[in-house]
Amino acid sequence: MNFFDSKIELRGFILATVVLVFAIPMMNAFFTEGSFFHVSSFQLALWGKYVTYAVLAMSLNVLWGYTGLLCLCQSLFFALGAYAFGMYLVLHIGIDEVYHTRLPVFMDFQGYTELPWYWAPFEYGPFAVIAAVVIPGLVAFIFGILVFRSRIKGVYFSIITQALTYALMLLFFKNNLELFGQSFILFGGNNGLNDFKEIFGADVDAESTQRWLFVASALLMLSVYLLIAWVLKTKFGRVQQAIRDSENRIRFSGYSTTTYKLLTFTCCAMIAGAAGALYVPQVGGINANEMTPAKSLDVVVWVAFGGRGTKFGPILGAVVVSLLKSYFLRAYPDSWLIILGLLFMVTVLFMPNGLVGLPKQLKPLWNRLRSGRALTETSTNPAS
Amino acid sequence: MAHIPAEKHTPLILTVEGVTKTFDGFKAINDLNFYLREGELRTVIGPNGAGKSTFMDLITARTKPDEGYLTFHKDNGEDVDLTKVREHQISQLGIGRKFQNPTVYRSHTVYENLRLSLSGDRGLLGSLFYRESRADRDKIHDVLDTIRLSDNKDDLAGALSHGQKQWLEIGMLLAQDPRIMLVDEPAAGMSDEETERTGELLLSLEGKHSLIVIEHDMEFVRQIARRVTVLHQGHVLKEGDFDFVKSDPEVIEVYLGRQTRKH
Repeated sequence: MNFFDSKIELRGFILATVVLVFAIPMMNAFFTEGSFFHVSSFQLALWGKYVTYAVLAMSLNVLWGYTGLLCLCQSLFFALGAYAFGMYLVLHIGIDEVYHTRLPVFMDFQGYTELPWYWAPFEYGPFAVIAAVVIPGLVAFIFGILVFRSRIKGVYFSIITQALTYALMLLFFKNNLELFGQSFILFGGNNGLNDFKEIFGADVDAESTQRWLFVASALLMLSVYLLIAWVLKTKFGRVQQAIRDSENRIRFSGYSTTTYKLLTFTCCAMIAGAAGALYVPQVGGINANEMTPAKSLDVVVWVAFGGRGTKFGPILGAVVVSLLKSYFLRAYPDSWLIILGLLFMVTVLFMPNGLVGLPKQLKPLWNRLRSGRALTETSTNPAS
Repeated sequence: MAHIPAEKHTPLILTVEGVTKTFDGFKAINDLNFYLREGELRTVIGPNGAGKSTFMDLITARTKPDEGYLTFHKDNGEDVDLTKVREHQISQLGIGRKFQNPTVYRSHTVYENLRLSLSGDRGLLGSLFYRESRADRDKIHDVLDTIRLSDNKDDLAGALSHGQKQWLEIGMLLAQDPRIMLVDEPAAGMSDEETERTGELLLSLEGKHSLIVIEHDMEFVRQIARRVTVLHQGHVLKEGDFDFVKSDPEVIEVYLGRQTRKH
C-alpha cells in the first residue's frame, strides 16, 4: 500500500519517527543537564502536550478540512478521553495523608465510604484506556445519528455541536447529579481530577514514565497520520471530499452520506479521546475548563492557521499557535486573546491555505519580484 | 389527462399516476399522469412554477407525494414503488439526476469524478478497499469519449468551463449506467455552440437510456424534441411532438405566447 504523495513526505515521516520516538527521548535519558544535547524533562512534557494537541487538530481537520463538517465539540471529545483516563489515575493515588481515605478526596468530602458502581470499573487500567476511546466514540455516534439523520448541515451543525459542548461542560462543573431521586457523584466539579501519583504501577512524575508517555503520544500521532494518509488514498477519502464539495451530488450518486459522515465523526471523536487520555498524565490533571466552547474554537484556529485540508497543516498549526501562546502569556499576559483573534483574521483574510500553503501562495509574488529586478537591471545597464 | 404513447411495443419504464403534492396549501403538482417508455427521450417544458423541479424531486424520492403512485419498472419485470425508496437508493435502481446548476466535485479530477460515479459497491468497507479494475477504467474512458472530455481527464473539475461541467455531470450519470436519466436544464448558461453539442450528446443517448430533459430554451427543445410534455400548474397540459405542441393554442397561451409577446 502506498501511503505517501511524494518522496519528500516519506522522508519527512521517517525523520519525524526517528526524532520523536528515538532521538528526543534518548537525549532526555542519556545526556546530563548542561550538555548541549540535553532535553529537559520539562521540555519533554511540554512537547508531549503539544503532540497530543496536534493529534486533536488532525482529528478536527479530517472533519472540517476533508469532510466539510465544522465540528465545535472536538475539545469535548478530547476532554472526555482525558476524564476517562483521569478517573483511573485518580483512583490510584493511594491513601490520602490528610484525610486518610482511599477514595478520591472529593468523594470523601461528600461522605462516600465506598466507590459508586459506575466508578468502580475505572480502577482497572485497561478498562479506562478502552473507555477513553470508546466513550467519546459512543457520544459522537449517538449524537451523530440524531444530527446527520435530520440533515443538519453547515453552520447549524457547528452551532449544535457547540451547544453540546456547553451542555456537557455545565454538567462536568457540577459535583453531583440528581437523577430519578438518586444522587450521583460526578467528576470532581470545579477542581476536576488531579494530584495523580501512579500510572500502571509506575510513578507518574518519574522521568522514565514521562519519556514513555512522550513516546506513546508520538506513536499515536504517527499512526493517526498514517491512517489519514491511507484513507485519503482510498475511495472512502474521495467520497469524504465529495461530501464537502457537493453533498447532494454524491447522495444522488448513491452514497449514503449519513453513514459516511457518521463513521467519520465517530472515528474522529475516538482519536480525540485517545489524545486526551495521553494528555492527562503528562499535564497532571483535567478539569471542566478544558471543556469550555473556547477550547474547541482554539482547535479551529490551529487547523485554519496551519492549513485546513492538508495532512501536515494541523500539526504545524497546533504546535506553532501553542508556542506563540506560551510566549505571549509570559510576555504580554493580557493581550493573548487579542493576538489569537488577529491571527485568525489574518489567516482567513490573507492565508486561505494556512502556513502550509504559504510558499505556494507567495511563489507568484516572488517570481514577479525577481523578474522585476531582472528587468530593472537590464534597463539600467548602459550596454544594452 | 395525458394519453399513453402509441408505440405499444416498447415497455414502460416509469408510470406516474394521479400524483398530487402540496406545499403550504400551494398545489405544486396536481393530479399528474406521466408515462415514460424504455429508451425514450422526453422533453418536459412549462413556464416557471409549472412544477417541473418538484416533478423531478418526486421521481428521485427527494419529496414524497401526498397522493398517487410513482412506479419504476425494473428490467426483470419487478415494479418498485418510488415513494418507499430512500434518496441514495434511487441511483442503485438506475435513476440518475443531473441538477440544474452543474454540481461536480470541484477538488477532484475529471477522471476521479467519473470513478466515484461508477456503479458498484457504495458501502463503507467497499469504498475503503476499492481497487480500480480494468473494466472500470475502460468504462471511464468510454464515458470520457462520449462527453468529449478525454483531453481534460486530469484537470480539476473546478477548473472546467461551465459547459464542460454540465457535460461532466451528464458523464457522471452515464458512469452509473442509469436506465432513466433526469436532466434539468442542461443548456442553461451555455454558448450556442456548446448548446448544440449538448443536444447532439443527448440525442446520441436516446435508445440506450430513457431520458427526461427539462428545458426552457425553445431553440434547444426544437433540436432535441421527440415527444414533448407541457406542464402547467402541476398538471400535464399537452403532450405530443414539437410541432403539435408548438401550434396548440392553449400551450401558446400559457407558455409560448408569453414568450412571443415579450419579443
